[in-house]
Amino acid sequence: MPESYPREHIEDLVDDNLEWNQLHNMMSDFKDADRFQKVRDVLQDRVDWDDPIIIPYADHLYVVAKSDTRWVIKCDCGHEFCEHDENWKTDALINVRDSEEEYLEIYPEDMHPHPEYMELREFFCPGCKTLLEVTNVMPGYPLVHEFEPDIETFYEEWIDEPIPAPEGQSA
Amino acid sequence: MRREKQRVHERQKEGKGVGWGGTTLREQFEELEENTEETDHYAGLEKLELKNEEPITYEQMFAQLRGDLVTAREVSKEVAATPIVEQEGELCYGLFTPEGDSIAVSTGIIVHVHTMSEAIKYMINHDYEESPGIEPGDIFVNNDTHVGDVHPCDIMTLIPIFHEGELVAWAGGVNHVIDAGAIGPGSMNVSQASRFGDGAYYTARKIGEDLEIYNSWKNDFPDKTRTPDFLKLDEKTRMTGCLMIRSAVNDIIDEYGIDRFKQLSREAVEDGRRGFRSRIQKTMLPGTYRGVSFVDALYEGQSNLTREYADENHIMHAPSELHVREDGSFQVSFEGANKWGWHPYNCTPAAIQGGIWVMLTQTVIPNSNVNDGAYYSCDFHLPVGSWANTQNTETAHAYAWHFLVSAWAPLWQHLSRGYFARGFWEEINAGNANTSNWLQGGGIDQFDKLHAVNSFESACEGVGARYVEDGEPHAAAIWNPEGDMGDAEVWEMTEPLPFLGRAVKPNTGGAGRRSGGAGFESMRTVKDVSRWLLYEMGNGYMTSDGGLFGGYPAASGYILNAQDTDLKERFENGDEYPQHDLDPESGTFESKIDGEITRRPEGISTPKQFDDYDMYLNYLRGGSGLGDPLERDPEDVLSDIHDGYVLPRHAKDAYAVVVDKVSEEAEHNSASHGEWEVDEAATERLREERMEERAEKAQPVSEWYEEQRDRIRNEENLIDDVKKTYESSMRMSVQFAEFYHEFWELPEDFEFELSEKAERSLENRFKSGTKRKWKNPTKGHETWLGVGRDDEPEVPYTWTAERSIRDLPTSTASFGDGIAGTATDDD
Repeated sequence: MPESYPREHIEDLVDDNLEWNQLHNMMSDFKDADRFQKVRDVLQDRVDWDDPIIIPYADHLYVVAKSDTRWVIKCDCGHEFCEHDENWKTDALINVRDSEEEYLEIYPEDMHPHPEYMELREFFCPGCKTLLEVTNVMPGYPLVHEFEPDIETFYEEWIDEPIPAPEGQSA
Repeated sequence: MRREKQRVHERQKEGKGVGWGGTTLREQFEELEENTEETDHYAGLEKLELKNEEPITYEQMFAQLRGDLVTAREVSKEVAATPIVEQEGELCYGLFTPEGDSIAVSTGIIVHVHTMSEAIKYMINHDYEESPGIEPGDIFVNNDTHVGDVHPCDIMTLIPIFHEGELVAWAGGVNHVIDAGAIGPGSMNVSQASRFGDGAYYTARKIGEDLEIYNSWKNDFPDKTRTPDFLKLDEKTRMTGCLMIRSAVNDIIDEYGIDRFKQLSREAVEDGRRGFRSRIQKTMLPGTYRGVSFVDALYEGQSNLTREYADENHIMHAPSELHVREDGSFQVSFEGANKWGWHPYNCTPAAIQGGIWVMLTQTVIPNSNVNDGAYYSCDFHLPVGSWANTQNTETAHAYAWHFLVSAWAPLWQHLSRGYFARGFWEEINAGNANTSNWLQGGGIDQFDKLHAVNSFESACEGVGARYVEDGEPHAAAIWNPEGDMGDAEVWEMTEPLPFLGRAVKPNTGGAGRRSGGAGFESMRTVKDVSRWLLYEMGNGYMTSDGGLFGGYPAASGYILNAQDTDLKERFENGDEYPQHDLDPESGTFESKIDGEITRRPEGISTPKQFDDYDMYLNYLRGGSGLGDPLERDPEDVLSDIHDGYVLPRHAKDAYAVVVDKVSEEAEHNSASHGEWEVDEAATERLREERMEERAEKAQPVSEWYEEQRDRIRNEENLIDDVKKTYESSMRMSVQFAEFYHEFWELPEDFEFELSEKAERSLENRFKSGTKRKWKNPTKGHETWLGVGRDDEPEVPYTWTAERSIRDLPTSTASFGDGIAGTATDDD
């Protein structure tokens, strides 16, 4: 049970360089206590911008500190979506698959949802056009705000650290 | 045994109950609830004295109990005759406190560790100590979903364990039986509208004493099933396991003393409660997680329905919200769930809690320290009157799992979002497959006996993609962590349905940077039967397993049958015949068989007649995908083609990978013949083009929002089934109605215009009221509403753009003022 993995190991996790047996061991072992900080630091090195990462939010997305009081959701391409507690999807690009023809690009005949019952909403980053989320919902469904992390409680009570802030500022 | 009973009777003469210190069980249970509530520690245990002061003894005792439970399962499953138990291991055991909280569990279908817990609590709450009495050697059975079960085909046996006149524990075992005696053959019939077609219900019934089963029971239940011999052996299986556990507990008490055992039984639950919270604090983030899932149950035009009003389509709507509190505990809410229906997919709290619990045991607490401690760290809000908590004993529940597995799909994603933020990427999972198809039926079998079948090949679906790897193909079902597809030869011994083929099914797993695990299919025919029925059960018009982080949902299902075929002649002539339906568009199936072929995109059919040499496709679903498919390594897509996971044409459409066939020779065991290669340059070009296409085709969400808002206001292109679902949820939930209106900026008096039939359907169900099973509950089991802490609203319903948890008026807001009166029997 490692209390902490070497930084190189976490870099390999982030860069998708671990073998299955290594991943399997990580699943089976007790969890390392400093994983969050290590992953956050590796990710910070990987991105091309300087805003401090507060948390990895979703694949390609981060909550970053623009000041000690303003946190936004940002893509690794640099595109900034919205305040951290708003739904980034409202600032995304969307394509809706709601016809038989569009479904057949992804699924064989008879193996896809019926367009009158369910549509696929594809959300892209306006900056890099990466597909960030696909939701399958009934037509007419509102956008779902999937994740509202309680960042203050996390930093202050769970890991007992100051919330990252741009250099020269502290949260 | 006699001495044990004597001790109980002596105490009864002194006015003492079988509880600890001479209390009644009910008093003991109420005291436990009070102590737990007052201290926020199970049974008031603020310190784990045994664990802290004698840690080795504690671990030895717990490990011994756990080992004994696993041994009981492994030994007793050999007693069973059905492949459901013997092959798939649809069996589990639990050891419970006198109050019904699980201390330790075996492997297997451990969803039932919590359902059995509810059944014990039901007996205590309804004064079974007075009548029919709870004494040493008694045997109880239950399969009533409203008491504590998922569906009636899961039959449980419970026996109390005594020491010196006190009840010290319960042993319980449950297994899935092959036929529940429903209106149609099989364990989970689908054509009934209400409980009265679900099969035989046994409500927490005493069926024996002195460890002997009453003759009245022996002469009763076998005639309530089409498969009496199997059920008799199933009962012997459960009795074997329970007696092994009883014996093991007595040995532990002899070795360590009764006081230590009692202390362990309390501390293990508190330890589990603390362990859950600690694990959450170490691996997730506090906050609110949301999602939504749906699944279809299409009944319009189905034959053999028991009631005319059941002839309608249903959509399950499951808004899912998880609130991870600062102490690591969970609050799970299904506020906004729509009304229950006249179909067998309704759920009870025991089903939902058990179902979510079994899921958590495989993600949050994947270790041996699994017990009801986790349950004590989770509060559930299941709106009364919804499909998730009907509180109406008229509703049908035979295949509650159809809605249950679909509804918990977002919960996987909630956990995965937390794991992602925390850096535990190896734990991320896009979700798991909807469990279908269920091949079921029955009639006169190959041995000229009345029989029923219930294939458990569905214990082997494709698994959702992980962040770090593709999902496992044809691997597991989350409700049975040890399940597999079973040997074809063994299924053929109990099912007159010879296998013509079994293969990986392409394009069943969702596309993504990591693809969802592929499902598989079996092509079955029918042989040596008479008056034989078969039916399908699964999703069709909707897929309930969403992708994550840009991955696509798993494929949905369809039905393929062939009747009145020339298969016999083909066998005799040595001609080709269909073994698969790997690509439904290929026409291959149709080219190899003559007959009446039914191919349709729905997933459910009610029982229909099949004769010898008819054919049936059993298609088991895949898991959902994760990440942008354009980020998938083209070489992995090539492997997918060669492994039969992806059809070559979808390499281009779904993944923007260009592949060329370089050899006609089939060099791989796959759905696509030939050897293929990636055209790297063309792939690179195509992927660049695809990114440009995305930019051209996609629109800003703000524009889309305005179009959609107008669409909803004008009710354009929205079918009746969809509008009925929204109306049902809005009538169930003030909160959901407000959310929906606010999001789309709808006028306050906006309602969807429904057809007369849909309006009648809603009115019929909303007026049916409640008909509760728990007549005399203790405080902790009053309503399942109001669970939560004093310093937070009862329901953390936050489907708004606002961040804070909203104040809610009262729990009745969940179902409005419309529900009144008592339901009337009508089936």
